[in-house]
Amino acid sequence: MKDVLLNLLHNEILVYSLMAIVPLVWVIPFALFAVWWERKISAHMQDRLGPMRTGWHGSTQTIADILKLIMKEDIIPTAADSKLFKLAPYVVFGGAYAAYAVVPFSAAYVGSEINVGLFYFISISSVVVVGLLMAGWASNNKWSLYGALRSAAQIVSYEIPVALAILAVVMVVGTFDLQAINRAQSGMLWNWFIFQKFPFLFFALIIYFTASLAEVNRTPFDIPEAESELVGGYHTEYAGMRFALLFLSEYSNMFAVSAIATTLFLGGWNSPFGNFLSGPWWGVFWFLSKGMAFIFVQMWLRWTLPRLRVDQLMYVGWKVLIPFSFVLILGVGVWMLAAH
Amino acid sequence: MDVTVAVHKEGVLADVDAGRKPAAIPGLGRALRAEEMVINMGPQHPSTHGVLRLELIVDGEIVVDVVPHIGYLHRCFEKHCEHMSNYQQVVPYVDRLDYVAAMSNEFGYAIAVEKLLKIQVPERVEYIRVIMAEFSRIVSHLIALGTYGLDMGAFTPFLYCMRDREHVLDIIEETCGARLLYNYMWVGGLSHDVKPNFQDKTRAFCKYFRPKIAELNALLSYNKIFIERTAGVGILPPEVAINYGASGPVLRGSGVKWDLRKNDPYSIYNRFAFEIPVGKGIKGEVGDCWDRYMVRVHEMEQSVNIIEQAVEKLPAGDVQSAIPKRIRPEAGEVYVRTETPKGELGFYVVSDGTQSPYRVKVRPPCFVNLSTVPAICRGSMIADVVAILGSIDIVLGEIDR
Repeated sequence: MKDVLLNLLHNEILVYSLMAIVPLVWVIPFALFAVWWERKISAHMQDRLGPMRTGWHGSTQTIADILKLIMKEDIIPTAADSKLFKLAPYVVFGGAYAAYAVVPFSAAYVGSEINVGLFYFISISSVVVVGLLMAGWASNNKWSLYGALRSAAQIVSYEIPVALAILAVVMVVGTFDLQAINRAQSGMLWNWFIFQKFPFLFFALIIYFTASLAEVNRTPFDIPEAESELVGGYHTEYAGMRFALLFLSEYSNMFAVSAIATTLFLGGWNSPFGNFLSGPWWGVFWFLSKGMAFIFVQMWLRWTLPRLRVDQLMYVGWKVLIPFSFVLILGVGVWMLAAH
Repeated sequence: MDVTVAVHKEGVLADVDAGRKPAAIPGLGRALRAEEMVINMGPQHPSTHGVLRLELIVDGEIVVDVVPHIGYLHRCFEKHCEHMSNYQQVVPYVDRLDYVAAMSNEFGYAIAVEKLLKIQVPERVEYIRVIMAEFSRIVSHLIALGTYGLDMGAFTPFLYCMRDREHVLDIIEETCGARLLYNYMWVGGLSHDVKPNFQDKTRAFCKYFRPKIAELNALLSYNKIFIERTAGVGILPPEVAINYGASGPVLRGSGVKWDLRKNDPYSIYNRFAFEIPVGKGIKGEVGDCWDRYMVRVHEMEQSVNIIEQAVEKLPAGDVQSAIPKRIRPEAGEVYVRTETPKGELGFYVVSDGTQSPYRVKVRPPCFVNLSTVPAICRGSMIADVVAILGSIDIVLGEIDR
């Protein structure tokens, strides 16, 4: 895609800016859709209808919500550290959006095809923690501070199982490059890594998905913003557009981790039927549908499960997920040695 | 589960001690100053079930002490009663005590005044009152269990409970026109007779409701995470519960088999066969949050049993006893206690022979049950305070009056 654009425009800066904007074209409509979708899913799970008044089955409800949030007064608490308070949502969104640089939407498009793509993804997603800590600390609210500290502890702990589960795949494929990982899974459905080295990589997906729920603060690991304990966690004091930005980054984070899961385990943009229905545009279709399937599971869990307590969360992370991911890595390693 | 609980408890105790006696940090040469933080939970907080304020003294995530502050909903109920122009006018006020189970409150007050008047109400009234009181128990427990799910972060069970509650409210609405504050059980009778299809509707509800309890159990009660959150948390030993005067599911959750419907039968409860569920500590220890939760689930089953029996035997007859419109009980006093969904609700009514009561004193179960919170919260975590408070099932309308 980059070469095509370069031939057309002959201006590197313009081309790179265009390349960088492409994910935004997906992220914002996705967030608008996902908020509506989550409301509808939760409503139908709970024997309700959800939004019904704005558009067909309330389909423009989120747009109305965004308009409302834009028009709201931008409230900054008097006691807050106003500079940090204003900056924090941008840091959070910046971190969340930066992850999209390596998300391979199609065989023809990835923001930056760097050979350490996965490594970059793991590290850039930690930037979000800094933003959350800033938001919690700057709010000068004890509940927000609790939310921020909890989320810092949680994300730091759960990055280890995420990284280890990713490492299992990296061992199999031998590269950090996400496009190379996609290409390694081309062919039919059974070439996807979820079915390779069975059942090791299947369990790697489960560990990755569980830990990624904690990374993006979704139930049962939504402890940082635990509504019934911490009111709103780190975003208690936020209102209007800043709140919307925090919300947007949460949803874009949800898709980012789902996208990585798709790429690593479900063949990314590969069609499940080999060469049938494949190509750059079909690639986008397959990639987004697989990603949305993960999003659906995240929502499904959210509206089914209760929330863990903070010490139980740490227990699950350090005493269950991390040992198991080490076992996985060992298993994959032994398998590969034996196969040699 | 045992492992987590044990680890949690030891960790808590160790951490609390560490907070009080800061140890010297190697390399720093002096003790690091650690302070406890005061944090206000409420009155505007999603899980204080109304306008309760808990002053938490916390050491990190661990709660060192809890001080409940009440009174945000105080509306001089008892003083108002003395200024009503007659006994009947107190009934709508009584509704507003435990507003999620208003029938149970009316029941207690009606019995108290009738005892003062020394009158007997018709059989039909007794049966309808029992059915309504048990309906109220189901409604109250559904709200308690649903919001408890909310406190634990599970959203969906709450909506399921609300859906089932709607069926009860429909029946009550058809009977007396109101859905929350009924003004239905008057002194000496009822405001309206039930509708002709009442029995059919009630039977249909009982048939509908039993499988829903199983559904709630499958979705929430036996959920692994829910058990982790509630079992072994907020243990209220039986002797402590008795010392504090706790009653209702809070007392029974601690394994004490005490239910006024059996132990001090009022109205016609001695005519029905039903069990008193108590906490057995199946998932953790006796008297933990899960036990209190489960007692409520089982009580709903028992309430359905009572309703089924009562609706079959419902006699024909009048729903008002022949009493004068302006009642003047002889001077005297009476104390009547009834088993409401929250526990023992007592009415102490004093008459001086005039049309209005000289004194109405309420012994509210929630107020007494709430007093156990500081005792069982010490040393637990912030998330546990929410779990404990939810398992006590308070209604601020009754605590503050």
